[in-house]
Amino acid sequence: MERSEEYIKNERKQDWRVALQKKIKAKDRMSIERALMAETAPELRITSQRIEVNIGLTQEQALTEASRCMDCVNPTCMEGCPVSINIPKFIKNIERGEILEAASVLKETSALPAVCGRVCPQELQCEQKCFYVEKLNQPAVAIGYLERFAADFERESGHISTPEMVAANGIKVAVIGSGPSGLSFAGDMAKLGYDVTVFEALHEIGGVLKYGIPEFRLPNAVVDVEIESLRRMGVKFITNYIVGQTASLDDLKADGYKAFYVGSGAGLPRFMNIPGENANGILSSNEYLTRVNLMGADSEESDTPVLRGKNVVVVGGGNTAMDSVRTAKRLGAERAMIVYRRSEEEMPARVEEVHHAKQEGVEFLTLTNPIEYIADENGRVSQMKVQKMELGEPDSSGRRRPVPVEGSEYILDCEVVVVAVGVSPNPLIPNSVEGLEVSKWGTIEVVKDKMQSSIPELFAGGDIVRGGATVILAMGDGRKAAKNMDIYLTEQYLSN
Amino acid sequence: MNKIVEKEYFSEKIVKIVVEAPLIAKSRKPGNFVILRVGEKGERIPLTIAGADVERGTIDLVVQKMGVSSTKVCDLEVGEYITDLVGPLGKPTEIHNLGTILCCGGGVGNAPLLPIVEAYKKAGNKVITILAARNKDLIILEDEMRKHSDELIIMTDDGSYGKKGLITEGMEEVIKREKIDECVTIGPAIMMKFCSLLTKKYEIPTVASLNSIMVDGTGMCGACRVTVGGKTKFTCVDGPEFDAHQIDFEEMMSRLGGYKKEEVDKFDQFQK
Repeated sequence: MERSEEYIKNERKQDWRVALQKKIKAKDRMSIERALMAETAPELRITSQRIEVNIGLTQEQALTEASRCMDCVNPTCMEGCPVSINIPKFIKNIERGEILEAASVLKETSALPAVCGRVCPQELQCEQKCFYVEKLNQPAVAIGYLERFAADFERESGHISTPEMVAANGIKVAVIGSGPSGLSFAGDMAKLGYDVTVFEALHEIGGVLKYGIPEFRLPNAVVDVEIESLRRMGVKFITNYIVGQTASLDDLKADGYKAFYVGSGAGLPRFMNIPGENANGILSSNEYLTRVNLMGADSEESDTPVLRGKNVVVVGGGNTAMDSVRTAKRLGAERAMIVYRRSEEEMPARVEEVHHAKQEGVEFLTLTNPIEYIADENGRVSQMKVQKMELGEPDSSGRRRPVPVEGSEYILDCEVVVVAVGVSPNPLIPNSVEGLEVSKWGTIEVVKDKMQSSIPELFAGGDIVRGGATVILAMGDGRKAAKNMDIYLTEQYLSN
Repeated sequence: MNKIVEKEYFSEKIVKIVVEAPLIAKSRKPGNFVILRVGEKGERIPLTIAGADVERGTIDLVVQKMGVSSTKVCDLEVGEYITDLVGPLGKPTEIHNLGTILCCGGGVGNAPLLPIVEAYKKAGNKVITILAARNKDLIILEDEMRKHSDELIIMTDDGSYGKKGLITEGMEEVIKREKIDECVTIGPAIMMKFCSLLTKKYEIPTVASLNSIMVDGTGMCGACRVTVGGKTKFTCVDGPEFDAHQIDFEEMMSRLGGYKKEEVDKFDQFQK
């Protein structure tokens, strides 16, 4: 629920906050070094898909890190958070040792704090706006680490709080897709008193959090606990249900649903359309990661197979590419390679992921682009022809355009190739709703900041509106949509 | 969880199950399929819907024991549950009144063919159905097919039932005899390929329903991709039916074997 600036300022004046502000001199706070996150050793972690790389802060580390935060009068960090977490309030609660209280502050605005603390690119969001970075040119307060610490502490304590809820209003709303955007929306609407049902096409709740992001970055058990919290808030989940196929939007309207939030994501993988790309052994990152993360194909007991190879090439430079190549390493690849057409500087993946991949022995073949695949007599890929690239003038995205170097082609051995060059919006929903305005890229058109589509009772957010973006932006859209759908439904049904 | 309410053995290895799935029964159309999963360690596998009873809220699935997952489905008894069942998926068959339709089913492919035969007949077409299999025991759904067809021809490789010979021999006889406006073929990839080659020769528009490897079945992964008319298509959302004369069958058959080694290993492990 939205807190006004005034409210946030007043909270800062509470006695306990004032006492903390006075307890340590600003100069002393600023002389503390940023906490280092402990990690599992690379040699150990590559032996399993299920060993988490980042171990988390100790309580001592967390309390010290929390005391670095200056409790700014004007907390610019909050502007950098797409879901506007009250950052100083939760951090100061950690500093005074009220960690469960810190966790419940996170839940005021975020449905998935244990997830965001792990996968948000904080260096581009809250932490980039931290006083330390903006004014002192020093490392930011480790907001992400602290968020994760508070959420993990609460989960492990077994004392999981439920956020403040408004009395039920009996109005039914449907969420299409159970990824981060849908879950964030569902949490906010439940808090506002709505009767929320989430429809999911797959057999598990969580979207990309389950099928995409690997266990070594985000354990499924962590996601499940956050989903359980939503259940306790009254959110209902229906799996194996494809809105538009299993039943239509009109069927749901007939069942009494008054409004809809589409968070169906950008699940359609892109391929490069180069010769030989349909050979066996060449697959999308979505297929590769789904087999391993959702279906557990890395385990002997799973019925789902996965392709293993001595030489595995992942094409692309985003987080999905890093997740895929690190997965390949854990499935036993001797050479796990990234082939990326630009240089490392332009890679969209988080610096931390690139660093972790390198520690794990991943090879980076940058300024290199595949142009053809060569299959063996059984139709299985055995080699790829790649071409060297050099950087030319900046393109519309502002990144320097890669230009092929004539005559630089060479052959690379590979038995498995994972194509991670991006995704497009899943067309299932846009195709099944008549009158819905869709862009030429297949994304749903919405009124900016309201997230309302051309159909007034249908709101949308996350990748189905943005194309491929981040977990936290998808969650921010869910929050915005909830706020505006509440206004819309209040006008329609509750104002008299 | 979807309950199995009826089970019938067509042969030792081919089983028909009737499953509770009221929403799918209501919304499914001929040509649609479902994805199902048996057990928490189970794999997601596609199966075409062979029929539905809206009042009873059930759908019919016909499964042939091939590997781990299909064996697990076949071994489920009445009263037991399918862990996950989602659908209907894929584009439905485009049914029009065209004139005379030649429907060609091979082996377990007869099951998904049945609702298509039914729909073509209902739309006012003359329907000639050819069912083919290796031997008599593998011919399924004969009575149901007969009910909805103007003519039914049965072909077996060994001549143990109907006429002896390959499906294409039966087809050519019909094609030479009368004008066929469209041909539909569902069965093993190799059979569909030869059906397609034959009808291409006679310039008869032909539709084939593909049984590619799938994971999610909703367009998310591209495991089921196939080349049609030189372009990559996803069988689960763009199909499963395509213009047979445009399909790259060689590539399709190669891709069906893409996990052969892994599948065999899993099956050996399962049988132990």
